[in-house]
Amino acid sequence: MMSRSARQAATPAPEAPAMPQNRLVTVEDLNVRFLSRDGDVSILNGVNFTLDRGEVLCLLGESGSGKSVTLRALMRLLPGNARISGRLEVDGHDIAAMKERQLRPLRGSTVAMIFQEPMTALDPVFTIGQQITETLRAHKGLSGGAARKRALELLELVQIPNAPARLKAYPHELSGGLRQRAMIALALSCDPKLLLADEPTTALDATVQIQVLLLLRELQKELGMATVFVTHDIGVACEIADRVGVMYAGRLVEGADVGRIIKEPLHPYTSALMRSTVHAGMRGQVLDSIPGAPPDLAALPPGCAFAPRCQSARSLCVQDEPGSTSLPAGRTVRCHIHGAEAAWRTSPPLAE
Amino acid sequence: MTDTLSLAPKTSPRTLPVDDRGGPRQPMLIVEDLKKHFPIKTGGAFGGLRTSVKAVDGVNFTVAKRETLGVVGESGCGKSTMARLLSHLITPDTGSIIFDGEKVGASGGISVRDLRRQMQMVFQDSYSSLNPRLPIVDSIAFGPKANGVKGSVARARAEEILGLVGLNPRQFARRYPHQLSGGQRQRVNIARALAMEPRLVVLDEAVSALDKSVEAQVLNLLARLKEQFELTYIFISHDLNVVQYISDRVLVMYLGQVVEIGEVDELYARPSHPYTEALLSSRPSMDPARRRTEPPLAGDPPNPVNLPSGCRFRTRCALAEEVCAKVAPVLTPLPDSPTHPVACHARQPGAGHSLSPAA
Amino acid sequence: MTDATVTTIAPARPAAPVTPAQGYWGGVAKRLRRDPLTLICLGVILAIVLAAVFAPLISPADPYKTSMMARLKPVGTPGHFLGTDELGRDMLARLIYGGRISLFTGVTPVVLATLIGGVLGLAAGFFGGLVNTTIMRTMDVFYAFPSVLLAVAISGALGAGLLNVLIALTVVFIPPICRIAESVTTQARAEDYVEAARATGAATWRIITVHVLPNVMGPVFIYASSLISVSIVIASGLSFLGLGVSPPQADWGLMLNTLRQSIYIAPGQAVIPGIMIFITSMCFNLMSDGLRGAMDVKE
Repeated sequence: MMSRSARQAATPAPEAPAMPQNRLVTVEDLNVRFLSRDGDVSILNGVNFTLDRGEVLCLLGESGSGKSVTLRALMRLLPGNARISGRLEVDGHDIAAMKERQLRPLRGSTVAMIFQEPMTALDPVFTIGQQITETLRAHKGLSGGAARKRALELLELVQIPNAPARLKAYPHELSGGLRQRAMIALALSCDPKLLLADEPTTALDATVQIQVLLLLRELQKELGMATVFVTHDIGVACEIADRVGVMYAGRLVEGADVGRIIKEPLHPYTSALMRSTVHAGMRGQVLDSIPGAPPDLAALPPGCAFAPRCQSARSLCVQDEPGSTSLPAGRTVRCHIHGAEAAWRTSPPLAE
Repeated sequence: MTDTLSLAPKTSPRTLPVDDRGGPRQPMLIVEDLKKHFPIKTGGAFGGLRTSVKAVDGVNFTVAKRETLGVVGESGCGKSTMARLLSHLITPDTGSIIFDGEKVGASGGISVRDLRRQMQMVFQDSYSSLNPRLPIVDSIAFGPKANGVKGSVARARAEEILGLVGLNPRQFARRYPHQLSGGQRQRVNIARALAMEPRLVVLDEAVSALDKSVEAQVLNLLARLKEQFELTYIFISHDLNVVQYISDRVLVMYLGQVVEIGEVDELYARPSHPYTEALLSSRPSMDPARRRTEPPLAGDPPNPVNLPSGCRFRTRCALAEEVCAKVAPVLTPLPDSPTHPVACHARQPGAGHSLSPAA
Repeated sequence: MTDATVTTIAPARPAAPVTPAQGYWGGVAKRLRRDPLTLICLGVILAIVLAAVFAPLISPADPYKTSMMARLKPVGTPGHFLGTDELGRDMLARLIYGGRISLFTGVTPVVLATLIGGVLGLAAGFFGGLVNTTIMRTMDVFYAFPSVLLAVAISGALGAGLLNVLIALTVVFIPPICRIAESVTTQARAEDYVEAARATGAATWRIITVHVLPNVMGPVFIYASSLISVSIVIASGLSFLGLGVSPPQADWGLMLNTLRQSIYIAPGQAVIPGIMIFITSMCFNLMSDGLRGAMDVKE
């Protein structure tokens, strides 16, 4: 095992051809506001992205960047005080316009979700087997026997050892890693076309996290599922993503293939984030941290939200909010430096 | 915030009496055979079996003055319990703690109260670490006041320390914890620990809950404070990269026991215990072109209530042999590296393992 | 360390306009101002309390003056704004005077029970172990009886009278308050900030007064204020059963009891004390709910 563990194979990130008929998710100008008695808060301010069938998109961002809200908006699983606007299309369904009643069959069958804490998705009073068979009978109309058989297959699919016994186990009787696998099995029970994963490995221990990550990668390839994977961990994104969308203050500031974004990040926030992330071989150095803290979403600064922390900020950046610029190889970036006009270069630097 | 610049280099004389008793060569902390078993009841309400969770089970290590000892391990390995045992927030079952040459709680040694003054903790949850009803300046001044420093002196000092951790006292002193960001709150928790003028600070997952960009700021702050106040750190974390960055030596725990201790560079370059090796190779690769293909370990750590016999790691270990189930390995220095003890039969001469080096 | 390190700690420019520091009570007041229902309830309670305190000054008539000629006059009778009772006494005057006893029997037992139950619960929660077991299991004994039944039993054993009602109600309210105080203390004790305070070597009483008590008081007070309405209702009930104050004293429960006999002749009069009890307990309830929200720091 020791030699195996050290081995790493070269698996280049697959290039996903952008064929329109292959498109599963289209998000255009997605805005989400949360109403509250202290005034409204804009959580998302114009998020755009697309996702092809079988593709893995990682939404990378810090707390409060809006990555989880974006994920939940795809299933409209937001609290009652949330107001969504913009275009949200999943597998040809106009999610934004659908009635709650029409959404229900979609959730769980076309779109499934897994969470950081499996106990939020698993019912503590039913066994794992009961929960999966129940879902299969409700969504797929399987008979009792067929459903039980399929449930066993699913547990084996997610590599739960001793699966027949685990079918009879209650969620609290399983260890953290097994519970996470059981939740994945439940999410996969209806062959979803889109899997939404909200930091599913964050709460796990290092040795278990890598197991679950590799399992998800394997299943995603095997089943051809498209996945939106939310994480704050660049390392996790490197392991699982085809494409990465970096979020900051409710905007998607940069989108690119994972290899490109790691090698040459374009947005100053992305590159600053990479520089400030501690990795091997940085011992004794002063870390190149990003000064300040992410902005208060209730009081976003004018212009680019990252400008107050950005070393390259010029006057233009604190005046105008940058639009999204499309670059070759399917890259997008929201930064004046990469804007179409040379406005940034001619803009005067900020007075200290 | 700009006040930090003018405040940072200024240090004021200690307000609490503390002296370096043992001299520079005396280890700051010697921990011997530290044990804590929590009794639990299993089974039904009647006739349930009484067993115990061996949270910390015979831990030995030393921390030199002004070094940073990193402690890594997975959840449930006992690293947080150990942190609380060190400052006697939980009373150990057995074992001794020797702080700067003085045995804690023994006659002629150092009292728990005096120990606590010199050993402070910073916890992971920055919010629950601060009393929500107290302005942060009062939270910082609480400890010195409780130890007899006059209220006005303690508050003035608290404001000064706020400046040292990068928070302008005029702007922040009267704020409540909920009015601060996570990073700012953790700075306050560090300030609270510093206010006691400790010599040893135990950082229990102190940066784990912070965003990456903020984590880097706090790590820089910790490095600067260590220099400025000649501190010794015990840095507990599950993040192997951060531990590598900050530590001089690293201690690896598995199910309540120490499996390996070593200088950081040697331990990361040449992990000797199979668990350390697995832990290190479980880190994401950071290179999408060279992804991990095989998890180094299968399954979860076993339930700490029913521990395997012999070596506790043998149920997940690729090197496990018969001897591992029979005999529990003892932490012993590697033959070629006396400062690098490992608890593994496969690394110890004459241990009876097929991979054991020749004696 | 050099200046370079220091500058990485201080941000080049403030990231966002900083919210002004605002005291805890300032925040409570701000949230309360945005909650009209709670403010209305507060106002009603304040009016009832003021009316009871200044009863002799504002009462339109003598609450004890009977008139055989003017019995059970309906609401709106000239000279008797709320009509008269079965002995021809002015209803409004009796309600105002009755408020004195009803509020007294409503508030006093809750205050006493909060003091006693709060201390017991704090001790049980903070010290745990045997202290906890002794206190909490004793409370469980009282819990075994329905509160009204317990109050009736204690009052019955002690005999009729205002003082005995107060004792009975206090005993009834100690267990639930103690239980709340215990559970909140147990939670607060487990918080890292209590742990951090212990790690400074501070004395136990200091930790309790600075770190535990202020965080326990909020939930306990809020729960206790919701008990005031229960207290008024039970005290009224005891009066109604003849175990509380005795005639001709004015008390809302007692008024309800005596007017009961006239319910078929003058139903409008009979319900007035009931409405008063209802409004008062409702206001106390809504107010405590509102306060719970306003006092929550995390809002």
